[in-house]
Amino acid sequence: MKHLRQLEDQSVYILREAYKHFDNLAMLWSMGKDSTVLLWLARKAFFGHVPFPLLHVDTSYKIPAMIEYRDRLAREWGLNLVVGQNKEALAAGMNHTMGRVVCCTALKTNGLKQLLENKGYTGVILGVRADEEGTRAKERYFSPRDKHGDWDFRDQPPELWDQYKTTFPPGTHIRIHPLLDWTEINIWEYIKLEQIPFIDLYLDKGDGTRYRSLGCAPCTSPIKSTAKSVDDIIEELRHTTVAERSGRAQDEGRGMELLRKDGYM
Amino acid sequence: MSELTKPSENLNIVIVGHVDHGKSTLLGRLYADTGSLPDGKLEKVQAICKQQGKEFEYAFLFDAFLEEQEQGITIDTARTFFMWKGRQYIIIDAPGHKEFLKNMISGAARAEAALLLIDALEGVREQSKKHGYLLSLLGVRQFAVVVNKMDLVAYRQDLFDGIEKEYREFLGQFKAVPSQFIPVSAKLGDNIANRSEQMSWYSGPTVLETLGAFKKEAARSEQPLRLPVQDVYKFDARRIITGRITAGRLKVGDHLVFSPSNKRANIRTVEAFNIEPQPTEGQAGQSIGVTLDEQIFVERGEVASHQEHLPLVSTAFRANLFWLGKRPLEKGRKYLLRVATKEVDCEVASIHRIIDTMDLAQQQGSNSISKNQVAELTLRTKAPVAFDLSASLEATGRFVLVDEYDIAGGGIITELVHDDQEFLREEARRRDFAWVKGEVTVEDRAQQYGHRAAVVLITGGRHTGKSFLARKLEGRLVADGRHAYLLDGENLRRGLDADLSEEERGQTTEMARRYGEVARLLTDTGLIVVSTTNPFGLAYQEASQAIRTLVHPAPVIAVHMSKSQEEPPPNTDVVLTGPTDFDAATARILDELKRRGVLAQAIGAKPIFQYSI
Repeated sequence: MKHLRQLEDQSVYILREAYKHFDNLAMLWSMGKDSTVLLWLARKAFFGHVPFPLLHVDTSYKIPAMIEYRDRLAREWGLNLVVGQNKEALAAGMNHTMGRVVCCTALKTNGLKQLLENKGYTGVILGVRADEEGTRAKERYFSPRDKHGDWDFRDQPPELWDQYKTTFPPGTHIRIHPLLDWTEINIWEYIKLEQIPFIDLYLDKGDGTRYRSLGCAPCTSPIKSTAKSVDDIIEELRHTTVAERSGRAQDEGRGMELLRKDGYM
Repeated sequence: MSELTKPSENLNIVIVGHVDHGKSTLLGRLYADTGSLPDGKLEKVQAICKQQGKEFEYAFLFDAFLEEQEQGITIDTARTFFMWKGRQYIIIDAPGHKEFLKNMISGAARAEAALLLIDALEGVREQSKKHGYLLSLLGVRQFAVVVNKMDLVAYRQDLFDGIEKEYREFLGQFKAVPSQFIPVSAKLGDNIANRSEQMSWYSGPTVLETLGAFKKEAARSEQPLRLPVQDVYKFDARRIITGRITAGRLKVGDHLVFSPSNKRANIRTVEAFNIEPQPTEGQAGQSIGVTLDEQIFVERGEVASHQEHLPLVSTAFRANLFWLGKRPLEKGRKYLLRVATKEVDCEVASIHRIIDTMDLAQQQGSNSISKNQVAELTLRTKAPVAFDLSASLEATGRFVLVDEYDIAGGGIITELVHDDQEFLREEARRRDFAWVKGEVTVEDRAQQYGHRAAVVLITGGRHTGKSFLARKLEGRLVADGRHAYLLDGENLRRGLDADLSEEERGQTTEMARRYGEVARLLTDTGLIVVSTTNPFGLAYQEASQAIRTLVHPAPVIAVHMSKSQEEPPPNTDVVLTGPTDFDAATARILDELKRRGVLAQAIGAKPIFQYSI
């Protein structure tokens, strides 16, 4: 428990730094376990309030239960929810059969970029974690994106002690990653500790499968698991050596490196 | 064989050393030998290597970018995690190539302990020394030296001993002491997780055992309290002061002093979300929120402490700094200084010496510091800053410099530099601590008057129209319904200063001190004090600095008047040059008062200040 409070203190500090330094700040919420923990941490940092909008980039291919859960929490917690969608690409019939990287780029990366551009957000808080996959392990807590939303991982700014990059040229923006130091187990331990409501897609409901990572329905598959509670999940993760995102098709080959360079979350 | 018990704590470890000395390989081996890799990861990377026709290396497991694998070097720090004997390790693999020093530093700045790698074949190289020195500068005192590639030198003990002797001597020059020297072969797995059969002459711990022996950072909670104010929230009825306690502990009822403003109040509550029962105390490391028993005005950048152990306050300090900026650090140029949560403009007052980390040779008389150099220098800030010496309190004893948009350097504070305001600041501190207050608060007055207290100080040479402008401004403020008063220094000479001799009256220091204390009284009544520096003649710069120190934290709006173009004094807010249109000048000062949050935007409206009261 002590290690969870240490992680919490660091994330809360980062969220407060973000709130202090960015006038036009927003948080990305995918309703998955990570960004929901992030949302909870915002309520911690701001004593029950969430003083910035929550963005959801809706690809239209999300699992319906996720949308119901989103709208319920938004109501109960008084959230300012902003939903964005790349309508043009969807009208043109974009879907995963056109290629996963192509589809993710159009509906998620470009959907996000459009949303940021339209609303002029200069700081965007995301729930990415370093242990998820290789390129995220290289992230900074405060990570700049250029005018095209691209990430220059070759030339990242130094990050010293608790001092972060909070100034940036006009036209660019900063991605803020308060969960970088959290692992998948930490997320579930914290959900348990704080009793955070989560989508039951993460649990086995009798057919011997559950989702370990949530994305679009066509590109996310459940894993074999009989975990029926948070305790079961934690116990399972302590013994698994299967990668968390093994059910996520976009990670195959060099998918994530290419996607993230171009501004994917 | 993986050891999967419940984690009780996290420990951040950084792996540093010269390029190609095998950091990523060590990391890959550590994971493979402790069973910490995901299923199939090893096989997957082996298959890719085979497909590309190159020999498999453990390093490929963690070099995430295509480019890193192609060049065979780590470009940026990567964070990976593994669990061993009830502890979760966050391992930061820092690049060893000198091109990527800023990434190495970013990695090391997060670490609580370090492994420093030296190649047995190549021996101690440039970056081995630089990284060793920087670990010390960054405050990573807990580290072990891993001598790698012992297989390439036939596991010879004499070679290992030679490297240990040479490197210990180097580290000794700045009093760094490693916990251990470990001979290993990361490639073959000698002394990583398992004891080597090739080096029976070594009886010390393996790398894994060494990690286990690193201690969680010493109890900072036992040090004097430091709570740098991060922000002040008023989302609901509570006015919550937030921050991360960097040292010491606090509890409900504690008397807090905020530096440098010298404001004081008691902690009424410790606030938290979803914690039952509500906490009543906090300690080092925690991000907390407190409410106070009195509505004092404090803002981000101030440091809360107990009265017995106050932080230092000055506008200058001496420091050791490393520079990472694209353009060199230059003497006389302005930078943004960040110490804990305080952000203030500063300039490099002097560069004492540049240190060559290769042999610790010193170079003097330089006016600039290039990228990746380390130097000793003195920084001078625009406004007073609360800080500590790094040797006594780490988190409030270090800083970064921002050049344009980027954090371009960092360092540790080694010495307080006495500035000419020290005497007056000490007087202000003693006076404020003992100040007897009534029931009416600063906030009450501001709400009633529609403005906050401030001093408008008009500086400039002779016959520039200072007095005329001061009168005009006072008249306009009062006509607008503000509470303003023209404080002319001449009025003090005949009364308050009547006890001074003619000679004493000619000395700026004492005259400015008396004047400043009167202005302090008037601002405490909530007035906007309008004044000129006429009585101080040409010593107006010195006088205005003294007044600033004494009325602090009430803002001083400095207006400078001159007949022709000239350099205004430092910290001037409004510059008026040439023949003056006094109506326009008055309007400009009113705008500045609004911008600074002294005046509400509209007469009669409740003041909406730029900062919380």
